[in-house]
Amino acid sequence: MVIKVKDLPEEEYILPGTRMCSGCGLQIAYRWALKALGPNTIVCNPASCSTVTGGVGGYTPIKVPVMYNCFETVAAHASGVSAALAAKKKDKEIVVVAWAGDGGTYDIGIQGLSGAAERRSNFIYVCYNNQAYMNTGIQRSSATPFGAKTTTTPIIGKAQVNKNMFKIMRAHGLSYIATCATGYPQDLFEKFKKAREFNGKGVRYIEILSSCPPGWGHKVNESVEVTKKAVESGYWPLMEVIEGKLVISNPSKKYIDKSKRKDVRKYLKMQSRFKHFTEDDFKVWEEYIDDLWKELGWELEKQGDL
Amino acid sequence: MTHTEEDIKFEQRVSRSILSSRQTAAIGEAGKTGTWRTMKPILHDEKCIVVKSGKPSCFLCWMFCPEISVSRTIPPVFDYDYCKGCGVCANECPTQAIEMIPEKENPSCESNEGGK
Ligand SMILES: Cc1ncc(C[n+]2csc(CCOP(=O)(O)OP(=O)(O)O)c2C)c(N)n1
Ligand code: SF4
Ligand code: SF4
Ligand code: SF4
Ligand SMILES: [Mg+2]
Repeated sequence: MVIKVKDLPEEEYILPGTRMCSGCGLQIAYRWALKALGPNTIVCNPASCSTVTGGVGGYTPIKVPVMYNCFETVAAHASGVSAALAAKKKDKEIVVVAWAGDGGTYDIGIQGLSGAAERRSNFIYVCYNNQAYMNTGIQRSSATPFGAKTTTTPIIGKAQVNKNMFKIMRAHGLSYIATCATGYPQDLFEKFKKAREFNGKGVRYIEILSSCPPGWGHKVNESVEVTKKAVESGYWPLMEVIEGKLVISNPSKKYIDKSKRKDVRKYLKMQSRFKHFTEDDFKVWEEYIDDLWKELGWELEKQGDL
Repeated sequence: MTHTEEDIKFEQRVSRSILSSRQTAAIGEAGKTGTWRTMKPILHDEKCIVVKSGKPSCFLCWMFCPEISVSRTIPPVFDYDYCKGCGVCANECPTQAIEMIPEKENPSCESNEGGK
């Protein structure tokens, strides 16, 4: 059962009047993640758009403590904070969250993240994936999908397919892994609640597909719609891996059936970064989605869930 | 190595300077972001699900607003001081009860200072 909108908590941990762009998907994700985790949360945050969100000068819109760190160090930082809390016997009541972008996760922070995951450091690692280095002007990252134009792939778009971070994190044998999207705040809320319940069980990894009007080139009012389309096409399955077991989340369940998946062109055509796409490019995406679900299907079958 | 009186003083000085960089949580950190608006959301009560039923049910506008500028009340009320006019609420409203109209009198940016 999905939580009803009227049962979601009223208390906010981000105050209005922030520095984020109009229609920023990251802000939706950040808002609902903090609402799920509550006041006893410490955020560790590397350079990214979410750092700018924290404000400049003497004020911040964020009501929980946020500590900034160097770009490549968020997982090491969060490991230290959680160890300090454990030494003070505060680790049960206070949860530590590493909140990083895709650049900070897939590229520059991956070594620290892998180390923390292997050490079973106790915190929630969040990658809000807007699929490029947005804060410095939309440079390509290893999370940028095939064909997307960025300021460093300006002519034909990115020639490579993105790294599969979900699988990389699975290979670390984590207690809890989940994917979310800005179009599904209720699903996101419930997953963050769950990740909090796994407190004491090492790193929990959550990745959020996070829309970005200037970076993706969709209209500002489509920040929710665009990631809904990503999920409906099967491109971005909402799922969890709980103690090793794969669970497809409710909004994505029906897309296990290929015939129910919507045309991925609907998703791609909303965004100017894919405006140059030819039929061949669309085919690459269709194959990517087919392969993704083939693998998920095999696993569900093996588990007896299909 | 022993911890001298001087070491302790040095540490205190460093920690004080770290503490003085602490930020206070405040509404409008980036100023009155309502001044960014070019389009403004307005509610057509007669189309809104919660107004019509009088029951707290839908509130998708409240849930999806990135800027926390719609209230979960009957009727939902916009906070025009901070609403950036993105139009996400209007796009997600299942009954098209929210209309985006051009912002004619975009307030001046005079009040655009942080931390009020
Ligand atoms: C070591 C280092 N290299 C580069 C930068 C410049 N920098 C600041 S934010 C940023 C982009 C971060 O991208 P991502 O992690 O994807 O977050 P986003 O901005 O997209 O939210 C970069 C390159 C930096 N702060 N530190
Ligand atoms: S560039 Fe993108 S992620 Fe960064 S604040 Fe703007 S909309 Fe949000
Ligand atoms: S969703 Fe956008 S337009 Fe609607 S109230 Fe919030 S900031 Fe304003
Ligand atoms: S989304 Fe539309 S119908 Fe639902 S509460 Fe908001 S204005 Fe009313
Ligand atoms: Mg990014």
